[in-house]
Amino acid sequence: MKRRKFIEKSLTLLAQASVLGGIFRNANAEPKDYDASKHYYGMGIQINKCIGCGKCVEACKEENNVPKEPFFFRTWVERYVIKKDNSVVVQNIDSRIERSLEVFAEKDTLRSFFVPKLCNQCENPPCVQVCPVGATFKTADGVILVDANRCIGCRYCIQACPYGARYLNPETGTADKCTFCYHRITKGLLPACVEVCPTQARIFGDVKSNASPLARFRRMNKLHVLKPSLNTEPKVAYADLDGEVR
Amino acid sequence: MNPVTQGLYESLKQVTGYIYPNEIEVHWGILVVVYPYLTGLVAGAFILASLVKVFNVKELQPVYRLSLLTALAFIIIAPLPLLLHLGHPERSYEIFLTPNFTSAMAMFGFVYAWYLMVVLLLEIWFTYRRDIIIWSQGEKSVMRWIHKTISLFSTDTSEKSVEFDKKAVKAITIIGIPSAFLLHGYVGFIFGSIKANPWWSSVLMPIVFLFSAIVSGIALVILLYMILTPLRGEKIVSACLDKMASYLFYAVIVDFSLELLDFIHRLYESEESIKILSELVLNKLFISLGIIQVMLGMLLPLGIMICIKLFRFNEELRKLLYFVSVILIQLGIFATRWNVVIGGQMFSKSFRGLTAYKMELTGFEGFFMTLVLLILPFIVLSVLIKILPPWDRSVEQSLGEKIA
Repeated sequence: MKRRKFIEKSLTLLAQASVLGGIFRNANAEPKDYDASKHYYGMGIQINKCIGCGKCVEACKEENNVPKEPFFFRTWVERYVIKKDNSVVVQNIDSRIERSLEVFAEKDTLRSFFVPKLCNQCENPPCVQVCPVGATFKTADGVILVDANRCIGCRYCIQACPYGARYLNPETGTADKCTFCYHRITKGLLPACVEVCPTQARIFGDVKSNASPLARFRRMNKLHVLKPSLNTEPKVAYADLDGEVR
Repeated sequence: MNPVTQGLYESLKQVTGYIYPNEIEVHWGILVVVYPYLTGLVAGAFILASLVKVFNVKELQPVYRLSLLTALAFIIIAPLPLLLHLGHPERSYEIFLTPNFTSAMAMFGFVYAWYLMVVLLLEIWFTYRRDIIIWSQGEKSVMRWIHKTISLFSTDTSEKSVEFDKKAVKAITIIGIPSAFLLHGYVGFIFGSIKANPWWSSVLMPIVFLFSAIVSGIALVILLYMILTPLRGEKIVSACLDKMASYLFYAVIVDFSLELLDFIHRLYESEESIKILSELVLNKLFISLGIIQVMLGMLLPLGIMICIKLFRFNEELRKLLYFVSVILIQLGIFATRWNVVIGGQMFSKSFRGLTAYKMELTGFEGFFMTLVLLILPFIVLSVLIKILPPWDRSVEQSLGEKIA
């Protein structure tokens, strides 16, 4: 029996390892036949589904080597508490900051919700417009990227972003931001934040596609984008967005 | 831990309300305050110089060359603070090689190069050419070679060539005035065109920058003239000083009106950002804007200059008052740059909170570096004055006699 169990276990382990190895190899492989012109990416965020667990923030930091300190975020989650006296308390939900764990009495609260934030991958990106050396650019599939080998670290893009979505990476001395996990999506994978979201509050997909979770999200919800008056035309759309959110 | 990151924990404690988490770091620090301050002085000093050549303001002849050299000294140092604040200064040449033409900042390379090469260096060369040749003839060793090289080994001092120099200077000055406007106007545009930032985003920004540049440039030349002339054992020509002060007076009035217009316009329109901007002005910028920029840097010198115009003070008192005024104005214009650059980053683009800026003492973005960058142009100027003495005694004497 012992021998049999040993063989059984070994076989399972081998099977698991080969699957994992396959995924691993796949994740590191260069996308072979990826054609950027055939895609155009966007994201949908269903605010009512977000429970503020912060898994997306953690996953993003791990996946993209974002510095762990609470000043550098490619994505973050805001908690809005609108009180009965109409005052609004907004906090960045981050276990590293004590203040963000403040609790409010229910009797004083009118409504409360979480808003995941990230780069809006604007159609008219102000950051791309102002970059003096063209280090920030828009790809054919609609994602705004930073070429860290080209960026001179002038931080003009950080000033120009209306959403506070950029930071200067202290390790590289260059501007950094959400890439929709470009290294993953070009291989057909989901961005890390979408992958880990336990409530599927984030929906990623191809805007051009007619049959996809994103297409369904866009069909079934009343949508809004952040700061529409600035004419940046974000490709991240929100459902159930409250007027207090900026 | 990275010292920058460590400092951010300190700043975190001073945040009030809500700011986006990436906004805790004030990205453009004191060095970016120094940059528009220095370029403003360049543009202002040059515009003062062009009054002599284009508008034939004879009284300003004694400071014509001094203004040009001042502009040159300051433009040589102006890119340094920008360079030092970059994350990758070694890649800065990319701005020249592969500029992104939609970026206001990418224009820096061209505007700077145009202004330095085409306007300032050429004008100074044509202005000094004859003198340099004559100086080099009566000199020995090093100075002789320096002057010979600077004159580009030209030897022609004939009437005809001098006549050509004069024409060239006039032509360059005529190109130079719009160029000076461009130089500082574009610095204003760098800020004014950022729609994400309501404190900066204003069509008036380039023009406010330009007039504050004229104010600071004239004030600087007055200060230099008042310090350098007695040092040389010469007498300050009152006509020249009064004329400069007069131009300064009008420039301050225009500058003040523009800033007041901007203020009233914002207040009257009362857009979404008005609450946070009011908080910014009343809390974070109260001293640097309310007290230093407006009261000490603008209203007080304006009041002093009105008094000088209204009452007949004696010459000594007038000089003293001018001296105090121009120092106050310099302080005020530096505060103006501070309030634009730092002020614009102290409030969150969520319009819900304020952050803090703490200047370091040492380091590239520190207080001492700022001092060095503010002193450097004066060192460059003293070298330039040594090589190209800007004093034209015959002019000073004849002007002095004429007015006497």
